Amino acid sequence: MTAQDAQRVPMVQMLSIEGEFSVAPEFADYAAYIERLTDADYLKFYRDMAIMRRFDAEATALQRQGQLGLWIPAIGQEAAQIGSGYGVGHNDHIFPSYREHGVAITHGIDLMSILKMLRGVNHGGWNPDETRFHLYAIVLGTQALHATGYAMGVAFDGKVGTGNKDEDLAVITYFGDGATAEGDVSESLLFAAINQTPQVFFCQNNQWAISSNVARQTKVPLYLRGTGFGVPGIQVDGNDVLACYAVTAKHMDDARAGLGPTFIEAMTYRIGAHTTSDDPTKYRDSAEVEYWQARDPLARFEKFLRNRGVEQAFFDECAAHGDKLAAEIREATFALGNPPIENMFQHVYSQPHPVIAEQYAWLNDYEASFEGEGN
Amino acid sequence: MSNFVEMSIAKAINSGLAKAMHDNEKVLVFGEDVAELGGVFRVTEGLLAEFGPKRIFNSPIAESGIIGTAIGLAMRGYSSVTEIQFDGFIFPAFNQITTQLAKLQNRSEGYLTMPVVIRVPYGGGIGAVEHHSESPEAYFAHTAGLRIVSPSNPNDAYWMIQQAVASSDPIMFFEPKRRYWQKGPVNLDEAPLALHSARVLREGTSATVVCYGPMVTVALQAAEIAAEEGVSLEVIDLRSISPIDFGAIVESVKKTGRLVVAQEASNFVSVGSEIAAKVHELAFYHLEAPVLRVGGFDVPYPPAKLEERFLPDADRILDAVDRVLAY
Repeated sequence: MTAQDAQRVPMVQMLSIEGEFSVAPEFADYAAYIERLTDADYLKFYRDMAIMRRFDAEATALQRQGQLGLWIPAIGQEAAQIGSGYGVGHNDHIFPSYREHGVAITHGIDLMSILKMLRGVNHGGWNPDETRFHLYAIVLGTQALHATGYAMGVAFDGKVGTGNKDEDLAVITYFGDGATAEGDVSESLLFAAINQTPQVFFCQNNQWAISSNVARQTKVPLYLRGTGFGVPGIQVDGNDVLACYAVTAKHMDDARAGLGPTFIEAMTYRIGAHTTSDDPTKYRDSAEVEYWQARDPLARFEKFLRNRGVEQAFFDECAAHGDKLAAEIREATFALGNPPIENMFQHVYSQPHPVIAEQYAWLNDYEASFEGEGN
Repeated sequence: MSNFVEMSIAKAINSGLAKAMHDNEKVLVFGEDVAELGGVFRVTEGLLAEFGPKRIFNSPIAESGIIGTAIGLAMRGYSSVTEIQFDGFIFPAFNQITTQLAKLQNRSEGYLTMPVVIRVPYGGGIGAVEHHSESPEAYFAHTAGLRIVSPSNPNDAYWMIQQAVASSDPIMFFEPKRRYWQKGPVNLDEAPLALHSARVLREGTSATVVCYGPMVTVALQAAEIAAEEGVSLEVIDLRSISPIDFGAIVESVKKTGRLVVAQEASNFVSVGSEIAAKVHELAFYHLEAPVLRVGGFDVPYPPAKLEERFLPDADRILDAVDRVLAY
């Protein structure tokens, strides 16, 4: 599907490219969520989108300087991630793919956890229970099944539809257009439908799976992917932070209330490369990138805020905040160093294991045999 | 006095599962056809009536989904006992088992544990169609983070399934399907051994035969025949495929000086290969002969009318014994 085709399907949009707010009457249920927002919420949305973009630029620079092994940019997807992230409640669990840095920001994840992983210090290592933000999943689509299993457990625990906001919870899983081709995503939709799990499937359709256009992943719009399994879908303008917030918040509420799973397709665009190892100039033309740059999620929301009278000082403050964060993560990345060798042998099993014990002891002896050499 | 009851391996696993479900209400059982039918081998028969549909339920026919949701349930505090209907059907779940289940504890630096049991009826000898007779254990034994066991008798089956359910690591529980109806005494009061310990089933002095799962019966037959010919075989039931109890094997080899490993799986890059390599490392000066492997041929599992020629029998074990004794 081309970007132009994307404009032809019914899509929840609240902000025009010029930042003008309007909601089609059929989307009144979603508009109700915007009515509850305060000015402080709007500013928070913008600030986090700006921070996400600044973080991304800094991480890219750190990779180029050899401080990170790889970076996975998410530039262009700020509205999809910050908007949906704030639609997720304080009890809910999030199963990300590997590009959800913005969602991490909305739930207070230490961004150094992500940089540590991409430097090659560990494979993740944050506490998924405490943060409710589960580990990045690099094998595409695997996390969708984990999310569905988790949501089945939530239902078994009776934490759905009690009406108690401190008790009920739902699960959201993130994946991209490319991952929808994986069998695990289809199986997770099926298991979710069969079990009527409290769950949202949030697909960021950023149009490209490395070098394959979404047209090579699907013949029908992705928001329809779940319907054959019994999971209804909705398409949202993924570069519209208000629409992403409202649609996610409503369907997470519905899931928590026991109304079952929903598939959300956020139409967005990967402005940058797939990763710092990728070269998008080899497979897409600049006209397409320009088309989407004109729909930039930050620029659009900035226009909305300026129309509401938000002054330059706020935008300056956001930029300063981003620069401060960038300096902090730069310094913290330099300080990360290399992990000790024992880390390699830890947490392979939860109970002692003879092979691990033997090989760890051997490596220690081997390393010790070089002590005193070459000094 | 211990409380002994005679039962089949299938019934012993069933009883062990029931005990595990009684002991811990977070234990769930699911897979294809496990509920009303009790599984195609009836191993879970009666559990639905006893525990209800919230504890045991049928999964859609989607093996990756079965394991993937078991992982998510583990993250929510549940211990899942999953059934993969036949050995040859496990491969759609290979990704979830090897890239996720095996690694999530490591990836999370210990914040997550994965108490998931994967029950797999395995091995041949039942005259089945393709994909119903395989021994895929080596694929999984190669992956760090998994523990792999296989009982050979009812008492081990009863206790090992409970030990597996109680483990906070993922366990692949390979069930010797052609021995499901083999009966024996089960001691309901006392676990015989730790989950990953091997057992010397028959003491001997001429050579050691290491085996596991369905081959244990065959190795014991071989030892009987050998005894009539004056050859004293020591038979070790491995019980655990990963980790392997090398202490028990080496102790035996120090006594006999000769080792034959018997398995249904194809020999190339197999559990038997690992045992041969490791025993050469650990007991080189005690060996009087190279370690020999008696296993399936390195061909696709053959059609049922040929499987008796594929599967090692007592004579093929005895042929290998003759060869190690000839050194």
